[in-house]
Amino acid sequence: MSRRRFSSDSVFFSYLTLSGASIVAILAGIAVVIGLQSRENINRTGIIEFITGTTWDPVTGIFGALPAIYGTVLTSFVAIIIAVPLGFGSAIFISEFAPPKMGAVFSVFIDLLASIPSVVYGLFGLFTFAPFMREHVQPLLQGAFGNLPLFQGPPLGVGFLTAGIVLSIMILPIITSVSREVLKAVPTPEREAGIALGLTRFELVRGVLFPSSRSGLFGATILALGRALGETMAVTMVIGNRYEISSSLFAPGHTLSAVIANEFTEAGTPQYLSALAGLALILMGITLLVNVIARILVLRITGATR
Amino acid sequence: MRKTKNNKKTHSWLERTLQAKTLVLIALNILGVSGTLACKGDKGSGTGVSSFASVSKDVTIQGAGATFQYPLMSKWAQEYNRQNPNVRINYQSVGSGAGIRQLIAGTVHFGSSDAPMTDEQLKEAKMPVLHIPVTLGAVAVIVNLKEIGDRPLRLDGSILADIFLGKITKWNDPKIAQINPEVPLPDKAIAVVHRSDGSGTTFIFADFLAKSSEEWRTKVGVSTSLNWPVGLGAKGNEGVSGQVLQMPYSIGYVELTYALQNKLNVAHIKNPSGEYVPPSLETVEKAATIATSLPEDLRVFITNADAPMAYPISSFSWVIVYRDQKDCAIATALARFLWWAVHDGQQFSAPLHYAPLPKEMVERCEQKIRQIACEGKPVL
Repeated sequence: MSRRRFSSDSVFFSYLTLSGASIVAILAGIAVVIGLQSRENINRTGIIEFITGTTWDPVTGIFGALPAIYGTVLTSFVAIIIAVPLGFGSAIFISEFAPPKMGAVFSVFIDLLASIPSVVYGLFGLFTFAPFMREHVQPLLQGAFGNLPLFQGPPLGVGFLTAGIVLSIMILPIITSVSREVLKAVPTPEREAGIALGLTRFELVRGVLFPSSRSGLFGATILALGRALGETMAVTMVIGNRYEISSSLFAPGHTLSAVIANEFTEAGTPQYLSALAGLALILMGITLLVNVIARILVLRITGATR
Repeated sequence: MRKTKNNKKTHSWLERTLQAKTLVLIALNILGVSGTLACKGDKGSGTGVSSFASVSKDVTIQGAGATFQYPLMSKWAQEYNRQNPNVRINYQSVGSGAGIRQLIAGTVHFGSSDAPMTDEQLKEAKMPVLHIPVTLGAVAVIVNLKEIGDRPLRLDGSILADIFLGKITKWNDPKIAQINPEVPLPDKAIAVVHRSDGSGTTFIFADFLAKSSEEWRTKVGVSTSLNWPVGLGAKGNEGVSGQVLQMPYSIGYVELTYALQNKLNVAHIKNPSGEYVPPSLETVEKAATIATSLPEDLRVFITNADAPMAYPISSFSWVIVYRDQKDCAIATALARFLWWAVHDGQQFSAPLHYAPLPKEMVERCEQKIRQIACEGKPVL
C-alpha cells in the first residue's frame, strides 16, 4: 500500500518537475537561439552601435535599433497611462458599486473585448480610428496644446498616439479583469470593518481596498504592459512604420516587434536576419527588465509579507 | 517532442537556422511540416526507381516563394493536377526572400521570387540555378487627388523619385504641372505612403526609381526593404491602398493585380519612348517583348523597357530551380509542369489579372526549362 502511494507520488512529482523545468528550458532555448542568431550583426557593428544607432538601412547593411526601442517604449507608456485609470475604475465599479447582475454583464463584455483578435483591432484602427483621429482629435489637441512639443507636425491619423490608444483598448480587458479578481479577493471582514468605522465608499476604496490589493493591481498593470510591449499586428497597422525618433506623439514611428514582423520574410542577407534577431533579443531584454523592476517594486510595497 | 529531437543535433540545427529561417517557417506553418515530410517520403521512394522513371508514379512537387505568384500558382496547381492526377504541386506563399532561402536550404523543389537571386545568394547555392520567368508583374502608382476627377495623372521616373526622396513636396510643383497641363493641381503637401514590409513590389519600384534618378540610386538604393527618406509605411498592398484611399493628397504604389482588382486611381507613367502609359495587362506584356535582347541567365529587370506602349514599372516573376536535380522523377515532373505553365498555363493569367508572357519570352523560357537535368541528362 505505502509502496504504491510512494510510486504514484514520485510519478506525480517528476511530472510536476518536468512541467516546471520545461518552462525554463523553452525560455532559455529561445534566448540562446536568438542570442546566437544576433551575433553576426553585432560582431559587425558592435553592441553599443546596434542599440544606439538610429539608421535602419537594409541596402547598405546599417542596422540601429534605437528608433524601434523608442517606439516600443513610448507606445506602451501611452497605453498604460490611458488604460490604468480606466481599467482600475471599471474594476472598482464592477466589484464594488455595480449591482451584482450588472457587474456580471459588464464582465462578459470585458472578456469579449479581450477575445477580439489583434488584427481586427489593427484594421479598425487603420480604417476607422485613424481617420477619426486625423480629422477630429488631432486638430482639437493641436488647437488646445499646439505649443507643446508633444503635438507637433501634420495630423496624419497614424502615429505614436493612435498606436498607444489602440494598444490601451487592447490591454484594458487584462487590467480590468485581473484587478476585478484582485479586488474581489479582499476579505469581507476588512470591508465590514471599514464600513463599521463609518467610511464612505470612496474612503473604503482608498483606505481599505487599494492598500490590501496593491501588489495585485500592480501585477495587473505589469501583465498589461507585457502585452503592450509585444503587440505587433495592431500596432504596425496604425503606427505609420517610419524609422524615426520624434518627440511628437503625432509623428509616425516603429516598434521592435513591428519591424520584425514586417521584414522577416524578405530579409535576404544573413546580417539582415541577424539584425532582426537582435531586435527580438532587445525586446526580450526589455520585457525581462520590466518584470524584474516590477518584482522589486512589489516586494517594496508589500514589505516583508513575502 | 520536436524540441528534444532537435536538441540532440544542436550544432547542425543551429547552423541551419542561422543560414535559413526554414525551421522557424516550418514551425510557424503546420502545413509546411506535413509538406516537408511528404517531400522526404517521395524522395525516398524515388531513389528506388531507375533514372528513366516516367512520371507515372505519384509525385508531390514542393514549391515556396513569392506571395505575388500565389493566386496564379494555386490555379496552376489545381488545373495541372486535374490533367495529371499523379502530380501534386504544393506551393507555400512565404515571400520571395524566404522562397530563395528555402531553395538554398533544400527544403523545396522550386523557389519563386519577384527579384532574381543576388550574386551572393548564387554563391551560397553552390550549384547552378535556373531563373525561369513564369509570369509578369507590375507596380501601379496610386494617388488620392479628388481635384483631378477621372483624368489620369501623368508622372515620370525622375518626378516619382523626387517625390519619394522628399524633394518635391507639393502637388502643384512646376515639374508635375508641366506634364499635366489639363489637370488642376492643388497647392497641397504630398503625403507619401510606401510598403513597410519587405516586398518584391518595393524592389521593382525602387529599381525603376534608381534607373530614373542618380540620387535615388546612390542615396536609397534597391532592395525589398529600404531606408525611406520620407513617408509612412503601411503593411501589404491592402495597407498601402487603405492608407492612400483614406488620406487626402497621398501617393503610394501597389502591385498591378491589386490595383486592377480594386479599380484604384492609377497614374500614367512615362516610358523611354516618351509615351505616358497606363498600367494594364497589355502594356505590361509589351514590356516583356524585349525578351530577345535579355542576358542569358534572365536575371534582369525589365523596368524602363524600350518598347512602344510598354509600361515602365514592369517585371518578371521567376520560378527558380536547380539545373541538376537529384531525383529524376521529381525533375521530370517539375520540368513538365513548368513547360505547361509557360504554355497552356498562360491562359489562366488574364482572368486573375496577370499579364501573360509574350511569345518571344516563352521561347526564352523553353530554352531554360530544357536545361533541367538529372544525372547529367536533360529530362525533357
